[in-house]
Amino acid sequence: MNAREEILNRVRGALGDVVQPDSAVDVPIPWVYGRPTAMPDILERFVEMTVDYKAVVRRVPAAGVPAAVAEMLVAAGVGSAVLPVGLDEAWCAAIAAAGITVHRDEPPLSNKELNAIDAVVTASAVSIAETGTIVLDHADNQGRRALTLVPDTHLVVVRADQVVSDVPEAVGRLAAAVTGGSPLTWISGGSATSDIELIRVEGVHGPRTLLVVLAE
Amino acid sequence: MSSEAVRRTPAPPTGTYIGMPKFAKNAKVQLADQQLRKNLRKATGTIRAKRVDRVAEVPEWEELRLAGEAIKNRTLRHLDTYLVQLEESLVRNGAKVHWARDAAEANAIVVELVKAKGVDEVVKVKSMATQEIDLNEALEEAGIAAWETDLAELIVQLGHDRPSHILVPAIHRNRSEVREIFLREMKLYGTPAPTDLTDEPVVLAAAARTHLREKFLRAKVAISGANFAIAETGTLVVVESEGNGRMCLTLPDTLISVVGIEKTLPTVADLEVFMRLLPRSSTGERMNPYTSMWNGVTPGDGPQEVHVVLIDNGRTKVLADPDGRAALRCIRCSACLNICPVYERVGGHAYGSVYPGPIGAVLTPQLRGTTSDIDKSLPFASTLCGACFEVCPVRIPIPDMLVHMRHKVADEKRHHVGVEQTAIAVAGWALSSSKHFELVQRVAMLAGRVLPGRTHLGPLPWPAAPWTNARDLPMPPTESFRAWWKRTRGESA
Ligand code: SF4
Repeated sequence: MNAREEILNRVRGALGDVVQPDSAVDVPIPWVYGRPTAMPDILERFVEMTVDYKAVVRRVPAAGVPAAVAEMLVAAGVGSAVLPVGLDEAWCAAIAAAGITVHRDEPPLSNKELNAIDAVVTASAVSIAETGTIVLDHADNQGRRALTLVPDTHLVVVRADQVVSDVPEAVGRLAAAVTGGSPLTWISGGSATSDIELIRVEGVHGPRTLLVVLAE
Repeated sequence: MSSEAVRRTPAPPTGTYIGMPKFAKNAKVQLADQQLRKNLRKATGTIRAKRVDRVAEVPEWEELRLAGEAIKNRTLRHLDTYLVQLEESLVRNGAKVHWARDAAEANAIVVELVKAKGVDEVVKVKSMATQEIDLNEALEEAGIAAWETDLAELIVQLGHDRPSHILVPAIHRNRSEVREIFLREMKLYGTPAPTDLTDEPVVLAAAARTHLREKFLRAKVAISGANFAIAETGTLVVVESEGNGRMCLTLPDTLISVVGIEKTLPTVADLEVFMRLLPRSSTGERMNPYTSMWNGVTPGDGPQEVHVVLIDNGRTKVLADPDGRAALRCIRCSACLNICPVYERVGGHAYGSVYPGPIGAVLTPQLRGTTSDIDKSLPFASTLCGACFEVCPVRIPIPDMLVHMRHKVADEKRHHVGVEQTAIAVAGWALSSSKHFELVQRVAMLAGRVLPGRTHLGPLPWPAAPWTNARDLPMPPTESFRAWWKRTRGESA
């Protein structure tokens, strides 16, 4: 018997006491999926929680995004940025106009090339107010996963209509992307560790600086 | 290739977990280590306090726990169906699925996969499953260096040490020890630590970043575990903080994930329950900094060759005991470790397993059986105070299960002739319920009054000997241990 058959047989043998073949009937789940969490102001909460992770957040009207993106990069001392192929052209133009060296990921940059670039700028898929979490589904305006990982600064643009109250609503919105095969990256603040004497250190391997533009 | 001279990675301490003496002996050694006790007290206290705050923010916490328990029960009670579905989904996503009956088989599969890529090193994301099967040493024997990339795991690996906590494995080391380890060892295995290295955590973390970056950028193969594996979509989930996980899951060409069969969840929607339960229970955060979810191979993004090794290694034995099965619900959050008065005093090493603390005391003897001294003694490494159940996000009734395991050990003992026989059996009774336990404890308190001048109880006579031998309890003056713990912690779930 091969390992697969043997393990499945062992599992079946172990579950002799389970007589109901329908798992949903056998064990009901006392939970209603997808409910929002009540809060006075979703955007307020999102900003509060994201700032709590030491991210820098700026709220701007939608038309002000290109200027805000460029200004925040310059203020962070960024000299070069990689931009995913599907990024809004107006943002790209504003970044280039600010004197920042722009790299496109076409053809794909090597890991070493990415490591020499200061920052990455992306859009995002869904954000969660209650936990200050920004989720990427790596669509064309966010790029492949390595882009948002290797450069030390990540500037991410969140649209107000992408912000939901809590995890259940977010998982509901993201289900289609997952089913479609997209990878997801959930980002809550910058990379951090508390491994030495439980003292929180911001920034280990992922981007050490997280800049957020909230477009309303 | 077994001599020290040809090793590729730092040698771990000699000896095996399974050959360790029983819990009582280990605990005595660890209790004598003042630094360890100080670090543990501070660490578990800090995480406990954060957990309480984060849990209090969620009014429907109890409802979430019940949902988590039910989803896991549904999965476990129909695990064959969900495993077949998981395999189908993974294959559809372009992943190759392997099955391993035990540790040896899992290690052999991984070693072959790595060898086939023609590389002699891999980067690793912290994973309990690979620690359980001792994969690093299997790779080392095959001439392959496995680099741990989680900061704490790096400290443990470079320190020729073993992890002592599921979540913060280097909790037993302080900053000056970490500095010494980095200065001494980093240069032997890659980018050296800067010579002016201080013991500031931020400086130490930066040294780890530089040391590991070189390895991330050149790695061709990565090895991970998974926190969850979604049957419906074949999605694997890794929850982490530092970004070393994202590095391993994204940059190499080949990814091998070693996943215990009990990590399965039915649907993507179930993540709304577990992604709330896990971070708050574990690190006491609203959300951990990074979570990665991937579906096999994503064309043009990340590893283009993806393997998943599904391991049994004793899990079906646990599943076969309807009273022990609940231990497989564990999501390795470590809340039960942090709340446990016994763990706080002795630390993780005394448990002789990669799974320490209350969950280790119930899970390890079930996974490995109760033939060795250490595994026989583990179900007794608890006061049955009940705090572990109260904090467990999937409501594992650890105290009840410990009692169940004690009976099992005692029953097995009955078949042997030996002086321990009666003692264990009776202690099994004495410790089988909180009432019995408190009775024994009142006897202990009486002993305290009768024997003034002694500061430690030391071993109690039969029938409580198997328990107190491990404890050297400070003399409890008038209050029971459980009452004292409850009062001084003032915590509830
Ligand atoms: S037994 Fe419960 S509390 Fe302990 S680690 Fe597992 S899930 Fe967490």
